[in-house]
Amino acid sequence: MGMAITHAIASGMGGMRAAGDLVARMQIARGMKIDEAKAHVAGKLKCSVSDLTDPILMNEARDELGLGLLHPYGGSPKCMEAKFNIAELLEIDVNCVQRFRSHLSASNL
Amino acid sequence: MASIQTRFGDGSPVTMSRGELRQDLEEGTADAAERGSVAPLTEDDLRRLEDIFASPHRFLGVEPGREIVLSYDGTPLKMKRAQVNVDRLQSLQIYEKLMGADTLEMGHVDYSFKPVKPIVTFEQPLMEQVLSVTTAPVFYGAMPNLGLYSQPDGPFPNPAELMPRGQIKEAQESYEAAVEEAVKDIVYVCGALYESGADAIILDTVGAAGDADVLAGLKATEILTEKYPGICVELGMASEFILGMHSGLSYKGVRLAGLYPHDQLKLAQQAGARIFGPVCNTNSGKSTPWNLSRAITFMKACCEEADIPIHVNMGMGVGAMTVHDHPPLDVASRASKAMVEICRLDGL
Repeated sequence: MGMAITHAIASGMGGMRAAGDLVARMQIARGMKIDEAKAHVAGKLKCSVSDLTDPILMNEARDELGLGLLHPYGGSPKCMEAKFNIAELLEIDVNCVQRFRSHLSASNL
Repeated sequence: MASIQTRFGDGSPVTMSRGELRQDLEEGTADAAERGSVAPLTEDDLRRLEDIFASPHRFLGVEPGREIVLSYDGTPLKMKRAQVNVDRLQSLQIYEKLMGADTLEMGHVDYSFKPVKPIVTFEQPLMEQVLSVTTAPVFYGAMPNLGLYSQPDGPFPNPAELMPRGQIKEAQESYEAAVEEAVKDIVYVCGALYESGADAIILDTVGAAGDADVLAGLKATEILTEKYPGICVELGMASEFILGMHSGLSYKGVRLAGLYPHDQLKLAQQAGARIFGPVCNTNSGKSTPWNLSRAITFMKACCEEADIPIHVNMGMGVGAMTVHDHPPLDVASRASKAMVEICRLDGL
């Protein structure tokens, strides 16, 4: 536990506090190296690369784009809903989103 | 010149002069360069390490803009080990919402593919529930753990009993049979979890049982990436050096025994891994400066050859982290910063 917390504070991107989960998705979906992954996400969020670890700016961006919030409020996109928006914004396939979609009957799409 | 407070690899404190610090840094990088036949750290790298260790601050972090992505191994087990009584789903929510995790990892308490296989139908619905209540990417992780395939835990004769009796050929045949069974188990479990929606798979601690263990990991990665073209497999290693427990095994014409991280990486890439997690073991009897200089030398050589993201293992006892359950913030944060900045890492 102490190890994970130390790395998160010393070197991590902050996960959902900022845009760490989004950058991670580019490594997972496309095998991008860190600089390319950050540039892709920053381009989609229309922000600078240095903004990606700013929790204030990223909270605003996530709220505006429906990407899931650390402290979600009533009616804000959460979890699977947010992942639908993340997949569309980053132009990547998200495995669980595709499977969720495949489980719906055609009339619900 | 002020003395420098640092630690040994076991975490115990030690005070060094600047000269002693420099000497340990030079000896650490020289050791790695000689063993791995890689370039030692540059003068700039060594000065940077000196400055990091000489800093009087109790906690250091990377420069803004140099942050990296974190992936994990054995995530839910950490809570259970500390006897925090939350289920695996809640532990991942805690990682996501309270610990700033960039990715999440679900795994079973046994954390090996063989024991998970008969209960995978219980793992799948839990994975599906986790995916429905989290936003960050979710990995499923476990170890090939070839040790579970030999008697008395598994079906094949125990190589550790055969070899002392001089039955080398029989021991090698046992390893070869175990590889084939392990590959089937890994592919079965990973396929099931991927079909339940997992974002990625971590084959963790690959090589813990030597070269046969590595071969199982590489073969399983190759099969999985052919069967599921979109799958992300992170291959995380067990040690800096592949032990030749069989000694004659090869993958794509390359003998596995004796490979160091920069050569392990090449095979991982050929197998189709999308993220590679190299390891350098911590020597508990040497100082953290010695261990960190040595670890960065191996990892820098690996990063320079990588076409895929590199997430260096920096958990307990690897990557110059102390061999202790409670990592001291002073050396842990210094190791984190130095490894990320000098190696230009993609993740940890």
